Amino acid sequence: MWDWEFTISILPLLLEGLKITLIATFLAFGFAVVIGFLLAIARRSSVKILSLPVKAFIEFVRSTPLLAQLFFIFYVFPKFGLVLTPLVAGVLGLGLHYSTYLSEVYRSGIDSIPRGQWEAAKALNFSKARTWISIIIPQAVPPIIPVMGNYLIGMFKDTPVLSAITLVELLQTAKIIGAQSFRYLEPITMVGVIFLILSYVSSLGVQWLELRLNQR
Amino acid sequence: MPFLLKGVVVTIELTIMAAVLAFIMAFIAGFARLSKFAIVRGITQVYVEIFRGTSLLVQLFWVYFVLPFFGIELSAMMTGVLVLGLNYGAYASEVIRSSILAIPKGQTEAGIALNMSPSLIMKRIILPQALLIMLPPLGNYLIELIKSTALVLLITLHDLMFCGTMINNVTMRTTEIYSLVLIIYFLLAYPLTLAIRRLEKRLSAGRL
Amino acid sequence: MSEIVTETSNNGIQNSEPIVRYQKVSKSFGDIEVIKELDLDVAPAEKIGIIGPSGSGKTTLIRMLMTLEKPTSGTIEVDGELLWHKRVNGNLVPADEKHLRRVRSKVGMIFQQFNLFPHMTVLRNVTEAPIHVLGLSREEAEERAITMLEKVGLKDKLDHYPRQLSGGQQQRVAIARALVMNPKIMLFDEVTSALDPELVEEVLAVIKEIALEGNMTMLLVTHEMQFAREIADRIVFISDGRIIEQGPPEEIFENPKHERTRNFLRRFNKNN
Repeated sequence: MWDWEFTISILPLLLEGLKITLIATFLAFGFAVVIGFLLAIARRSSVKILSLPVKAFIEFVRSTPLLAQLFFIFYVFPKFGLVLTPLVAGVLGLGLHYSTYLSEVYRSGIDSIPRGQWEAAKALNFSKARTWISIIIPQAVPPIIPVMGNYLIGMFKDTPVLSAITLVELLQTAKIIGAQSFRYLEPITMVGVIFLILSYVSSLGVQWLELRLNQR
Repeated sequence: MPFLLKGVVVTIELTIMAAVLAFIMAFIAGFARLSKFAIVRGITQVYVEIFRGTSLLVQLFWVYFVLPFFGIELSAMMTGVLVLGLNYGAYASEVIRSSILAIPKGQTEAGIALNMSPSLIMKRIILPQALLIMLPPLGNYLIELIKSTALVLLITLHDLMFCGTMINNVTMRTTEIYSLVLIIYFLLAYPLTLAIRRLEKRLSAGRL
Repeated sequence: MSEIVTETSNNGIQNSEPIVRYQKVSKSFGDIEVIKELDLDVAPAEKIGIIGPSGSGKTTLIRMLMTLEKPTSGTIEVDGELLWHKRVNGNLVPADEKHLRRVRSKVGMIFQQFNLFPHMTVLRNVTEAPIHVLGLSREEAEERAITMLEKVGLKDKLDHYPRQLSGGQQQRVAIARALVMNPKIMLFDEVTSALDPELVEEVLAVIKEIALEGNMTMLLVTHEMQFAREIADRIVFISDGRIIEQGPPEEIFENPKHERTRNFLRRFNKNN
């Protein structure tokens, strides 16, 4: 039933697809890290006209499927003259989707800093920027690193959704192979195996990181 | 629009059936991971790691396109229910396990001191308390599950997402259709989000 | 160390078969041996105050009697029956759950942290076991529960939840909950240690009342020396997993023979 020769022959193609998957994952993650931070700051803002729409945006994005958002970006944006390649649309959609989750992570990280730290900084007459740079961020960041690692893995596992907007990543590669050879067993199973190995190894990495951070 | 509503019904059906399966799987796997038999724990661990490690959409494709090679042919709906249920069951089993472990040991000991049987302790002392801890995280998984039902479109189930795409192909009113699809999903998921937040607040305020 | 039973008849307790008998009981947690080949006989209706430094093994001693910890070696008898073992063809085999539950029904316990069930009202805390373990009807169980709650002075709190009660009240509910099962032997594990100082007295008063009724066997692990002295027939001083010294309260507190007992009591008096 299982054809090893066929499996080996398609492996280079699948690895090519994996390359796109990884590129999309890391670009989207970088995008989410930055946008998520901006969203978190904007949400904390005391300017209501800024914080309220941002809050609504976060709630909306979190409550709707990534797939629907991707379709919206890929098919609706062009109507307004913004034509995107599948990769750009995918990175944008995936990144935006997860930026709302990361903004919550940042928020909880910042909220976990005791009020005394802000007060101490004020008592020492630190500027607002100085307080953030020297007091808040150094304390808020280490505990959220493992959480962000888990979101990175989550994004990696969500990249197959990008195949729906015709990005030829790992799953789409397998589908194309399947359509051409009429053999779905090996390509799709191999995609599963590749995902399992990569996400299992990286989740062990996150656990290790968490342990080390806790020891400090 | 009525066409779209038909899709909503399918989405809700799919969500409910998958959620029930996920709940059952989560309970079985959650308890199995607390088993004193290493082999039971081992098998459950494999189940959980496979479903957590291999991307939901890949699993949908595998069941829909690969299983027929083994003579098992499932409809798109069945595939959706099965895969979503098993997938979310694997994730949620951790919630079940950790909630049960979160109940202080003193509760079990008090049960023993009152000469209760292990099953009575589990049923009347541990579970009622653990269920309260479980509710918010399980609710969050339910929201994720609703969102994930959209993926079943990609194996051509006629759910909300599919109907949206179909109408779009016919009418080309892309902006309206996809906006509407987004809004409907939001209306399905957001009330749940609010309910869970209220629950969480009440729980942390100590009304148990 | 074996002729203890004879020393304990200061309020009319007859020499009779012990209701609890520890024989060469040892207990290890990993590499640490917390109880070392300990022997102890307890007469029916006897009140024993168990004192000793923290980590001496005194809590472990009574937890083994409640079947919360399993002895590493040795045997414990309750009312003439082996607790952790069954005799099969003259050989000792580990007891099964059924056997444990039968023998355990003679023992009750009050915990340092109360361990009330937070999701149940006071009344349900007390009726839960009578209904589901003893098989009483709800009416009967409630009647018994209310009698017990009245005894501990909490009849007006039936519909409260544990979190609405003070520590002292919670501990009194826990006492009612244990009493309603009608055990022959009651174990008290530092029952006032988790209480604010001003709440200690109300709990001790309830325990004293139970002690004065006379017929219940009581083992009290405690740091309340004055209290132990008032209600105990015998004081057992434990250190490093062994019984160092035991005897009537006056003797132990006024005239301890052993160096370690003297040190312990001296340090204790200094701190209080």
